[in-house]
Amino acid sequence: MIVRILGEGQWEVPDTELERLNALDDQVEQAVVGSDEDQLALALSELLSEVREVGTPVPDEQLADSDLILPDAGSSLADVEALLAESSDGLIPG
Amino acid sequence: MAGIFQRMSMIFRAKADKTLDKYEDPRETLDYSYQRQLELLQKVRRGVADVATSRKRIELQANGLSSQADKLTSQAQKALEVGREDLAREALTRRSGIQQQLTDLQAQHAQLQGEEEKLVRASQRLQAKVDAFRTKKETIKATYSAAEAQTRIGEAFTGISEEMGDVGLAVQRAEDKTAQLQARAGAIDELLASGALDDPTGTSKDDITLELEQLASTSDVENELSRMKASIGGGPAGGTQAIGGASSPAIEAQPTSQAPTTAGGFQQPAGSTQPNAGDLR
Repeated sequence: MIVRILGEGQWEVPDTELERLNALDDQVEQAVVGSDEDQLALALSELLSEVREVGTPVPDEQLADSDLILPDAGSSLADVEALLAESSDGLIPG
Repeated sequence: MAGIFQRMSMIFRAKADKTLDKYEDPRETLDYSYQRQLELLQKVRRGVADVATSRKRIELQANGLSSQADKLTSQAQKALEVGREDLAREALTRRSGIQQQLTDLQAQHAQLQGEEEKLVRASQRLQAKVDAFRTKKETIKATYSAAEAQTRIGEAFTGISEEMGDVGLAVQRAEDKTAQLQARAGAIDELLASGALDDPTGTSKDDITLELEQLASTSDVENELSRMKASIGGGPAGGTQAIGGASSPAIEAQPTSQAPTTAGGFQQPAGSTQPNAGDLR
């Protein structure tokens, strides 16, 4: 599956890695639900390094939609919430 | 892997679908989107240039602050040499305020450098994807009727809309960050202007410099007085020479050789730190 890290690009991640990524994804989600800024930073950076490690970068000239889009490492709770907000019309240009 | 990140990719996709629905002839949609892509590319490049400008400004400011800190160190040194610990303390206090600003600036510099690198990469990625899109677009327009193109069009948009969304966000964020820094940079510029930036006229001096110079001239007066007293007490020959200024090297040496070591050192064409000492702390 293809995973995009905002601001960094896309990675092709083998399906065999999904289970590990899932566990990390749950931690990020919990942090967002629990509004825990520290946990978000920690879980997010773990998730992102995992994607970079197990994934293969998608070549620049290849056009492919991502199955998942991850916020970039420095994202705060507010950033993540803004990305998910229904009013994201204004936030995501293009 | 469900959850928020799938939702996020759905949000990006919904955004792209809206663009697709805009035109009756889907081939127009391709052209329209291509125009938008080129505009975005321009925007990213401007973004890169803006961030670079901000970064350079911060570098200049850091240099300014750094020489101001150096100047305060040497002032403290000189104040100590003439036994004015209070002045030395004042200079060092100001210096630590400057040092704090400098540390902040260095952190901002690193941040901006990160943003710049990201934007450069983003613009390379987008360029490659825009090129790929153009190829697809031309193929579709040349090969298919409007009706057939409809089915191909989704494919053409695959990836590019998402990339545009991502790059758009990156540019926006870089713009926000530079705007924030601009405001802070303005404050530091003011600080530098009122502070130790080189003043070619040498007319404005900070209070520490002024006080050190005053000390030096006081000691010059004392020296001159004792020299006069000595000449009156001593033989008349030496006296006339010295007062007449007819340069007997041995006697002239005293006041003039003292001036350069004290006053000369303090009269650097430095500006002034003036009464904004409070701002520095």
